[in-house]
Amino acid sequence: MAISFTLNGKAVNFEGDPETPILWVLRDHLDVTSPKYGCGAGLCGACTVHLEGAAIRSCSIPISAAAGKAVTSLEGLAEKMGKAIQDAWIEFDVPQCGYCQTGQMMSAADLLAKKKQPSSDEIKNAMSGNICRCGTYSRIEKAVKRAADKLA
Amino acid sequence: MKNHSLKNQSRRQFIQQTATAAGAFVVGMYLPLSSEAATSAGQQPALANAWIRITPSNQITLICARSEMGQDVYTSMPALLAEELNLPLSMIQVEIAGVAPVYINALLGGQITGGSTSVREAFDKLRTAGAATRSVLVEAAAQRWNVAASDCKAMNGKVTHSSGKSATYGELAADAAKLPLPEKPALKSPANFMVIGKESMRRLDTPIKVAGKAVYGIDVKIPGMAIASLAQCPVIGGTPTSYDASAALKVSGVIKVVQISDGVAVLAKDFYTARKGRDALQITWNEGANATLSNAVVRKSLEEGLSKKGAVIKTVGDINATVANGKTVSAQYFLPYLAHSTMEPVNCSADVSNGKCRIIGPIQFQQGGEAVAAAAAGVKPEDVTIETTFLGGGFGRKLELDFIRQAAEISKAAGMPVKMLWTKEDDITHDFYRPMSIHKVEGVLGANGQLETMKAKMVSQSVTARAFPGFVKDGFDPFMVEGSNNVTYEIPNMEITNVITDTGVRVGYWRSVSNALNAFAIESFVDEAAKAAGKDPVAFRLASLDKHPRAKAALELAVKKSGYSASSKRFGVAQMECYDTYSACVIELDPTASSTKVKKVTFVSDCGIAVHPDQARAQLTGGVIYGLSAALANEITIENGRIQQNNFNNYPSLRQNQVPIVEVHLIPSQEKPGGLGEVGVPLVAPALANAIAAATGKRIRELPIKA
Repeated sequence: MAISFTLNGKAVNFEGDPETPILWVLRDHLDVTSPKYGCGAGLCGACTVHLEGAAIRSCSIPISAAAGKAVTSLEGLAEKMGKAIQDAWIEFDVPQCGYCQTGQMMSAADLLAKKKQPSSDEIKNAMSGNICRCGTYSRIEKAVKRAADKLA
Repeated sequence: MKNHSLKNQSRRQFIQQTATAAGAFVVGMYLPLSSEAATSAGQQPALANAWIRITPSNQITLICARSEMGQDVYTSMPALLAEELNLPLSMIQVEIAGVAPVYINALLGGQITGGSTSVREAFDKLRTAGAATRSVLVEAAAQRWNVAASDCKAMNGKVTHSSGKSATYGELAADAAKLPLPEKPALKSPANFMVIGKESMRRLDTPIKVAGKAVYGIDVKIPGMAIASLAQCPVIGGTPTSYDASAALKVSGVIKVVQISDGVAVLAKDFYTARKGRDALQITWNEGANATLSNAVVRKSLEEGLSKKGAVIKTVGDINATVANGKTVSAQYFLPYLAHSTMEPVNCSADVSNGKCRIIGPIQFQQGGEAVAAAAAGVKPEDVTIETTFLGGGFGRKLELDFIRQAAEISKAAGMPVKMLWTKEDDITHDFYRPMSIHKVEGVLGANGQLETMKAKMVSQSVTARAFPGFVKDGFDPFMVEGSNNVTYEIPNMEITNVITDTGVRVGYWRSVSNALNAFAIESFVDEAAKAAGKDPVAFRLASLDKHPRAKAALELAVKKSGYSASSKRFGVAQMECYDTYSACVIELDPTASSTKVKKVTFVSDCGIAVHPDQARAQLTGGVIYGLSAALANEITIENGRIQQNNFNNYPSLRQNQVPIVEVHLIPSQEKPGGLGEVGVPLVAPALANAIAAATGKRIRELPIKA
């Protein structure tokens, strides 16, 4: 039985095991590779995408939970939000290896959708589910603030 | 950046490339380009050598022969070429190199990215390559215009003459390619640098990384490929003796199950299905020689090593010198096994077919990859191609070759292209671990309150004995002495000894290698000696650094910038030379919190010329955080041959709301570049242990620090 959902605004279908995590449907079936596999257990945030506009760990949520709903990856962020975040990330040259950054940006988008001008502590707490082994945290914090300013 | 993914040169482009025996570069070979390379560049280059390709329409591609794993080689290596070509980075595209002798890292003897060597090794080599090419472009213009080359100038992709004549590099490329390259072209004076050292320099890979378009190993796609999940023995080194795949093959979507030398792989269209199939396998393992290994036994065998003679790797003066009224200080330190824990778990793609083997993946050691892939695929090394993707972190893990061999074995056995992906759990439990080490350090304080003698013995496994056994001679591992045989203190009598003890645990090079082990022991010990002498730990260090002015300056600046005060009892310091960079670290504890809560880390480095200052600071900051995660929370233990940790829950990494302020300062310098990628790591643990001792009187001699 096919599971239908929208991905970045387009209607898509997945035929397969409904327990398949959203991450692998996106990566291996729909060629959307910006969400990364980091831990498979919702611990690191590298796989973060949005389900109905809210950040989720796509490695740990089955595709059945997305049936009839909207999944958004980095590529599908609303133009204004996506550009503000990507431009801020570029301005501070945030990424080192870069592997976690798509997930970081998706968590940042979730935060900025809920809170227009987050404080440092609010940023630190909201972003604490996303691990960066390269240690780019201080630049991430600056970039989130800059993105907030751009959106204001 | 115009290109959206790493392009790779194929091996056959380099058939005519050679390197001299001494590893000196040869840039003078013009390469027959494959049609695919010509297509990918959009136009056939008119000038092409190992490092530089220029098309008639002035598209300029610079080749990066090191693996980009966050440390910025993708920008800082081409920057060396661009500097001498007088090209702003906005005019270039970057390609990652294939495998060729010309790309060997002379400091490591192979095409390897590691040891914080990339820019150090390339600084003269790539500038020379750039200058030689600039020279022939100018010469080609001079000949075309029948003017003196000295009246022509190459700048921003054009050669111009005082008469007003002008031609792009691309327009000159075909003629320039026919001219002999000068072997020793004049290099620009640092005062004239337009790229190197500029604060305005930006990373060239940032735009594609923030667009989600950078291709990592995990993102590789080969037409017709399957995703493979490999079941490996829970004990590293074990092999399958038999298996039953019937349940796995019943999992809908499983394509195939194949056995390889050290595991059984399940192939499917997606990773979830492959993993589900793998979980359904019934495998009997021969657990091998390590089946009974335990942490306690391993540690005991290292402790027993302390009574062994070992190899003396450094002597100064007479270690048995009598010190009148000397006060003896002695301490023993312990560091645990550690995993690399990159964000991107180990993976590799392989296509073994028609007598050829194509490898695509996150690789730090391309030549080694070529050799193991050839052996695994049963093809000749010249029939192997290695394509290096972006690496989602390396830290030394991806210079191992196990995953390349496994991918090639799986593809060969399955008869189809595969992408093998490990789980995070596979990655933590099947790593090549930083060795456990035990250090005994003893010293005698003289009448002046300074160390008159220092004797340091390190007992651990030798990574090199496993990975490159030919380089270990008479108990001397050149990578085990890092951080000890280069101690900067002027101590009149010293003896430093290494005792290699093989426990059987599989060990590997881990970001900063032995620097982190030896620095913890020596910089903790020096602090203990200062306390025994009743001296301020900064003054104690400075008093014996007169012969190392760069080390002294780094420590002095770190003290100044950090607001260090001995009387406030919440600061700890440490300093060292690591990969030609002199650094000092001051840690300030948060006085309002528990004794291990770090408020601020001040890190100062004199790294010589910083090619990319902003990213130099980024690397040092990241190294500090990597070192702090390890010091506070990371420990790999082993029971019944099985690694006891397996994911971020029990092998944690500092998070956004757990990191202290990290402030980095670079000392301006015209010395040759020093290393940066690993330099931030080693000083954190000793500086923190020293801060805790100052704050609480409790001396930490074992890592991780258990509050």
